[in-house]
Amino acid sequence: METLPATWDMYDLFQSFLRTPTYHLIVEVCLVLLIIKLIFSKSYKPEKTVLSEKEKDELIAEWTPEPLVPDIPEDHPIIKLMEKNIVTGPPGKYINIRNKSCINMATMNFLGMISNKTIEEEAVRCIKKYGVGSCGPRGFYGTMDVHLELESHLAKFMNCEEAIIYSYGFATISSAIPAYSKRGDIIYCDEGVSFAIQKGLAASRSEIRFFKHNDTEDLERLLIEQQQKDKKNPKKAKVTRRFIVIEGLYLNYGDICPLPKIVELKWKYKVRIFMEESFSFGVLGSSGKGVTEYYGIDIDEIDLIAASLENAISSIGGFCVGKKYVIDHQRLSGLGYCFSASQPPLLAAAATQALGILEKDPGLVTQLKENCLRVHEGLNKIEGVQIVGLPFSPVKHIRLVEPSDDRDLDIQTLELVADRSIENGVACTVARYLEKEEKFLPPPSIRIAVNCQLNSTEIDRVVTVLNDSFNQVFSL
Amino acid sequence: MDVTSHNNNHKTNGIHLNGHTNGFKTHKNGHVNGVNGKNGKNGSHKKDWRDDFHESFEETPLVVAIFTYISYIIIVLIGYIRDYLRYLGIDRDQTLHEPIIEGFVPLYQSWENFYKRNMYNRVGDCCNRPIGTMAGPTMDVLDWKAEHFGKSLELTGDRIPAMNFGSYNYLGFSENNGLCAATAIETLCNTSIGVSSSRQEMGYLQIHQELDKLTAEFLGVDDAITFPMGFGTNSMNLPCFMEPGCLLLSDELNHASLVLGSRLTGATIKVFKHNNMEDLEKKLKNAIVEGQPKTHRPWRKILIVVEGIYSMEGSIVRLPEILRLKKKYKVYVYLDEAHSIGALGPHGRGVTDYFGINPKEVDILMGTFSKSFGAAGGYIGGSRSIINYLRTRSYTNVYSCSMSPPVTQQIITSMRIIMGRMCGNDGLRRIRQLAWNTRYVRRRLREFGFIVYGNKDSPVIPIIIYYPAKLATLERECLQAGLGIVIAGFPATTIIESRSRLCLSAGHTKEMLDKALDILIGIGTKLRLNYSRLPKTPEFREDDSILIRD
Repeated sequence: METLPATWDMYDLFQSFLRTPTYHLIVEVCLVLLIIKLIFSKSYKPEKTVLSEKEKDELIAEWTPEPLVPDIPEDHPIIKLMEKNIVTGPPGKYINIRNKSCINMATMNFLGMISNKTIEEEAVRCIKKYGVGSCGPRGFYGTMDVHLELESHLAKFMNCEEAIIYSYGFATISSAIPAYSKRGDIIYCDEGVSFAIQKGLAASRSEIRFFKHNDTEDLERLLIEQQQKDKKNPKKAKVTRRFIVIEGLYLNYGDICPLPKIVELKWKYKVRIFMEESFSFGVLGSSGKGVTEYYGIDIDEIDLIAASLENAISSIGGFCVGKKYVIDHQRLSGLGYCFSASQPPLLAAAATQALGILEKDPGLVTQLKENCLRVHEGLNKIEGVQIVGLPFSPVKHIRLVEPSDDRDLDIQTLELVADRSIENGVACTVARYLEKEEKFLPPPSIRIAVNCQLNSTEIDRVVTVLNDSFNQVFSL
Repeated sequence: MDVTSHNNNHKTNGIHLNGHTNGFKTHKNGHVNGVNGKNGKNGSHKKDWRDDFHESFEETPLVVAIFTYISYIIIVLIGYIRDYLRYLGIDRDQTLHEPIIEGFVPLYQSWENFYKRNMYNRVGDCCNRPIGTMAGPTMDVLDWKAEHFGKSLELTGDRIPAMNFGSYNYLGFSENNGLCAATAIETLCNTSIGVSSSRQEMGYLQIHQELDKLTAEFLGVDDAITFPMGFGTNSMNLPCFMEPGCLLLSDELNHASLVLGSRLTGATIKVFKHNNMEDLEKKLKNAIVEGQPKTHRPWRKILIVVEGIYSMEGSIVRLPEILRLKKKYKVYVYLDEAHSIGALGPHGRGVTDYFGINPKEVDILMGTFSKSFGAAGGYIGGSRSIINYLRTRSYTNVYSCSMSPPVTQQIITSMRIIMGRMCGNDGLRRIRQLAWNTRYVRRRLREFGFIVYGNKDSPVIPIIIYYPAKLATLERECLQAGLGIVIAGFPATTIIESRSRLCLSAGHTKEMLDKALDILIGIGTKLRLNYSRLPKTPEFREDDSILIRD
């Protein structure tokens, strides 16, 4: 509740006004008049140089802008590679590229939801009822019952009061952060966060303080630093919101955030936690609820959890869950929610169906974990490379043990390995980054995504092919 | 009275801009009831695009403005009283408020909370209404009621059948049977629903390539690239073009996605008055002459960012004028055709088609698939170098999931229909029907005396309501009578210019339009919404659009 207006102060003021002697009032009125005169009188301005029309036209004629975009040759390596690796058919456990069926170790289809028949039937039923698009944002008849269903299902699954869905994964966290954190607020952010979060930080225009990846001591150092600043300026501290932004499972490192310690810091230094779980949702914890379940932490300790539906769920879209008073705010302030067309109903229905499958069969999560461990063990045997990421993480980075000084050269080496392994029937990809735009550019790597449907023969094949490819490339 | 900027704009240049001025000067061009085909296809004797460019805006009547402000003051006062009653525990309205957690700075500013609690929530049921069918020409709205003392809206289980005048289903491609749905289902079964990878990694499907090529052909440009989210197309690609040291000139009414994208560029942003070319030229000229602030170095490059149809005003960009400025000052143009692609022009190819301009003259053509095409996503079209650059640099291409195959197929099929490559002249029939519907409804609304904003050919039709109470009543009454419209008030509009909006569709039949107009006029009479002081006969007719019957 807001404080009541201080009416008694006003009354006191009025009383003292009545009691003042007349000469006092006259002097005060004169002073006020003087101030008004000073405000409105013209201040001294140095003479401006005025250009004639002709001079202006000359300046305009002289100005030559830079080209809108730098020249990109038609045969730019990325463009060539995209054309070469174009996919035909479904990108499931096996993927068809270069007219060849490869074991797919590149798409984030962790639970094998792509090409799941039950999900597809549900999506077809949905098209027959709702058509494909929703033809409007959520506010303008773009909300269909399937969207509400998905929201309530997600909230129930995650044991939260409320869920909100976005039509695209990238837009989820990058809209959620600026909905709460504004200019003047402070965000403590892990250096290892992925690109969507970095864009959310930029859009918030808040003060960003990065702490070293998964280093809670560094985070605490920053928090203590701020605490001392707050003591000097308690007025400002009273209105400065603070947030810790972390990822559950880091896409760029394949490791998990030290959540228990961060929750401890949250209460100690009164900072709210926003956690992005795109790669841990459906993956970690016994039933796939993510990092909170993995650590056994009450989900209410985290103020906001955001995740995309594009990885384990294999639909398109994203969601946030949390307390109702937190989440509801995004329905008016989440830019990607208010101003974007809503998720096509078939994608919402597919997500609901996939969530149902995950709920009914937590064995998928266990299976995925086993596969991750097996892949990790196998890859570890390859010489000359280092496997970055936890053994049970479905995202793994294969990095060179002895990188050269030249990043491009390393990427070329890895590119060659990926190319060879595709030729030999294992599809994998070099992790792509916008090198100039990343705040903390991760070292080059081949990124492996593990699917729970792989059997041991397939995993052995993956390991053999990758091993051979590396050996061949290293021996060049 | 300070109204919108258009008024100021038109007052100064009312005469030579010919006819699309607002207020009382609208008919200065002596051109009443002229037969104007789009881009002069019926009238070759007319050379200037301005002759056929009619836009109406009106100044708010003074009395209305005063009373509108008074109504807001009353709402705020009642809000304070209720807050006090809540504080005392007398009012049990539990409309959401933030719990206080010891030591934490509140998540929201008190005004934000106050606005939501005491203003937005009172009309909360009129916004975000869920529907239980597809967003076609008709729909079933799911009824809801405030429960738990206003804490949440709960569905009652009732369905209200209504005509849909709120969805952006311009060409009526939101269909659950027919070719679009059938091909989408086929693709879904042959491919997959999701892709789970970005284009640069392992998510570039053949169907994406097909869509890119078809889009380029449809737009009439060298090359195009498509993205899964329309909002993201703007917000994630604008930063690829501009950097610090560049200047963005942005229309004041640009969509949130453009505003966000512009901010993320780090470039300097200057805002010009809505669709006001003189203001734009003045700012452009000054910018080039003065250079960057402080250093006075010349700008690295300048980009004008405009939309085709402005969805809240219904106005159409003065593209020929923008292109004149582009040539004169060597600047670049980014045109967002979210609402105009498919909905404007004799071939449905957007603003360039409408004005008969070569699309290659615009540097960056952007648009969305969620409206006219009944799907989701967006595109950017332009020269090969621009698109190749985006292929290597666009955030979406590098980091985020690519488009869902059934959604992609819906776009491909609907685009082919529009281009006349499938279903005979069904595409043309839809385009003509929409053009006819637009002018017919606009004419009838004008005749009743509603204040209708925007261009005569814009299928987005804002009707100005002013009073917040009338706004909510109009929405509720219309829905009960079987007409679904959308409303927008502060802060989406200026504080007095609250409006409701009709979005027309080629799927609306004449009978539906008549029924909808009867409902609107009936309620409009009751609520006295005929504020307009413009002449009742507009300067355009619907007969120019020759309908194609099945």
